[in-house]
Amino acid sequence: MSDTPSATAELKLPKDLAAEKGLVNVQIDGVWHQFPKGTRMIEACRQAQVTVPHYCYHPKLSSPGNCRMCLVQMGMPPRPAPGQEPQRDENGYEIIGWMPRPVIACANTIGENMGIRTTGDLVTKCREGVMEFLLINHPLDCPICDQAGECRLQEQSVQFGRGVSRFIDMKVKKPKNVDIGPRIRLDDERCIMCSRCIRFMDEVAGDPVLGFTQRGTHTTLTVHPDRLLDSNYSLNTADICPVGALTSNDFRFQMRVWFLKETPTIDVNCGTGTNINVWTRGNKIHRITPRLNDEVNSAWMPDSHRLNFHYIDSASRLTEPLAKTAANHSATTWSAALAEAASRIKAVPAAQVAIIASGRMTNEELFLARTLAAEIGTTQLSLVPRTAEADALLVAADRNPNTTGAKLVLETEDPYAKLDSIREGVRNGSIKTLIVLGEDLITDAGFTADDLQKLDFLVQSSVLANPTADQAHLVLPSAAFAEKRGSMVNLSGRLQRLNRVVELTGQAHDDWEILRDLILALTGEKNEVHHIEDIFKAIAESIPAFNGLTLSKIGHQGTQIAETGYQIPLLANERARKAAGLING
Amino acid sequence: MAVVKLQRPKLNFGEKIYFGALIKGFFLTMTHAVKSLLGKSAGAESLASSGLGVTMQFPEQRWDDHLPEYYRGAPALVTDEQGRERCVSCQLCEFICPPKAIKITPMEIPSDDPWAKVEKRPLEFDIDMTRCIYCGMCEEVCPEQAIYLRKDYLFAGFSRAEMVHDKKRLYEIGGVRVGLVNKWNELK
Repeated sequence: MSDTPSATAELKLPKDLAAEKGLVNVQIDGVWHQFPKGTRMIEACRQAQVTVPHYCYHPKLSSPGNCRMCLVQMGMPPRPAPGQEPQRDENGYEIIGWMPRPVIACANTIGENMGIRTTGDLVTKCREGVMEFLLINHPLDCPICDQAGECRLQEQSVQFGRGVSRFIDMKVKKPKNVDIGPRIRLDDERCIMCSRCIRFMDEVAGDPVLGFTQRGTHTTLTVHPDRLLDSNYSLNTADICPVGALTSNDFRFQMRVWFLKETPTIDVNCGTGTNINVWTRGNKIHRITPRLNDEVNSAWMPDSHRLNFHYIDSASRLTEPLAKTAANHSATTWSAALAEAASRIKAVPAAQVAIIASGRMTNEELFLARTLAAEIGTTQLSLVPRTAEADALLVAADRNPNTTGAKLVLETEDPYAKLDSIREGVRNGSIKTLIVLGEDLITDAGFTADDLQKLDFLVQSSVLANPTADQAHLVLPSAAFAEKRGSMVNLSGRLQRLNRVVELTGQAHDDWEILRDLILALTGEKNEVHHIEDIFKAIAESIPAFNGLTLSKIGHQGTQIAETGYQIPLLANERARKAAGLING
Repeated sequence: MAVVKLQRPKLNFGEKIYFGALIKGFFLTMTHAVKSLLGKSAGAESLASSGLGVTMQFPEQRWDDHLPEYYRGAPALVTDEQGRERCVSCQLCEFICPPKAIKITPMEIPSDDPWAKVEKRPLEFDIDMTRCIYCGMCEEVCPEQAIYLRKDYLFAGFSRAEMVHDKKRLYEIGGVRVGLVNKWNELK
């Protein structure tokens, strides 16, 4: 064969072909794959859809390699003697020389022409051995352990465990049921010393209060003396704990996880729009956990947001439309309430009507609020700002989850701008009718009960009983975040979807239906909007950022629709650590 | 799967009109009738017959004493020899129960309780006896040997609510069971 360039190209070896793309060839269980240089072996196996059991490894944390569960057999081509050509198989890969001892897959990176075996005698024996060691001191109190059902130790002892113990000595006694923080309970006997929680508190939460004391089988996870595990991110340690050593006080003994159904949706407590799974049994929410989204919240969420769901089935929940008769409110029907609202709104000139909507409303609801304002003919439409201190991780200063969405849907730069003028209008009597959607004006918007008494007509839609509702002539029960579908845009411009997790309580209606029915009561037209998809379609047609989208196209990971320049601090940290090679991401 | 072809038996004329078999059956019945009138039915003694055949006159006569060891009556909760509730409300029986008769609400054992070490017990434990099918899955699945099918079988009530056994009633039926589980002892 001649040495023309095309001929040499044909002769290129797999290693050269891979190197052109910055990749390396790795054989996993007999199949060749290509991965970027520097990938950890366990990550390469995951991408090749080969399971490597592990406890201590977490893609978002550093790899200390201390659980030894991910042992695999590794092979490299033998180093040729001087002058010797490496031996190659018919595809051009060098012949792998398998090492007699296993290596941990989580802390070793792949190399060119490396071989990994995740099956076979050596690996199986290693896994059985590691499992036997881990179970020596494990209390096996699965019947009372909250982790049962989602416990890695349980799952892997089914796969690799012996079934009976050969250990005849007493198990090591360690502290049980330790109160280490306001939201977390520690059981040291269950701990398998994977150190995930220690690394999380150190590397992600930036509050390194956890650590090991003692040595050998007496190694004990403890909180620093005089300190508590009271970080606002402490409950993430319960999520990543592969066993039941760290469990949530809030969820403690509430329900076994195998009864729970998880529904993906998003958090509405701040502008970050953390992706969450809501775990329910029947119509009751039992817990909320973060859902992986590398563009929003990574794998974490703050405790304050996670625990803010108990109000949904609390005693102060509004369950039927209320009309003010004399001093008290009494229950009424939806049709009567809406007819009353429409006639009272129509009774006054449009300039005397104002709408106060909420930054907690979905795009669809805001779009209908805008339609309602247009129908009435008023320009007085504002949202209520809600700010609090931001932390340097996930909690944003803007506690309204849909400020960006409001800017897009209402087509205004500052959706909060008119609140002051509306408040002034109410005080000086130029506004006589106020429609309040999901906001408590007295607590959050600087109104007083006296201000509201000046109004001729006040209608409020709300989830819970509140001081503003006491003043309202008409109170309409609406849906909590877990009870509705819709979309929101987070601070970084990502369009995300809320999914209905539980059914509505009592007579409460979905917010968009309340708005639609109110608009219909005003116009007297026949209803043509039956699904929330229809409203999203209208948004997609009229607002450029939403063009071409539908609710189902948003997907569970969201869709970037705007560039706001907002950077979620936790993601910046994570990307820096990934770039430095500390984590796999 | 192999197919086996069976040959129909060849019947003669007498067998085809089955008159002979009718007469045979009649004589067998009459034999038993005479025996029962004479009080000589097989098994009458052991089944505490009222005198006519093997018929037991329920409810005056009960077969409670004749229940076999494996009899599956109402499921009930048991306490151990130290008076500890065995159930730790792991809810496996609730999960396995085919007709969904069991409903458990767990609670944490307060720290001043002598059994605080166990950490968890049922706050409420309801078995709906109108749903229970006496299959024994709850007994089989229980990791703490806390639920057993006892020999009680007579349950009646005027309302559905009466037919739901609550925790108190379940312990009444269950009583104490001395047994194997000692993992919650102080030394363990």
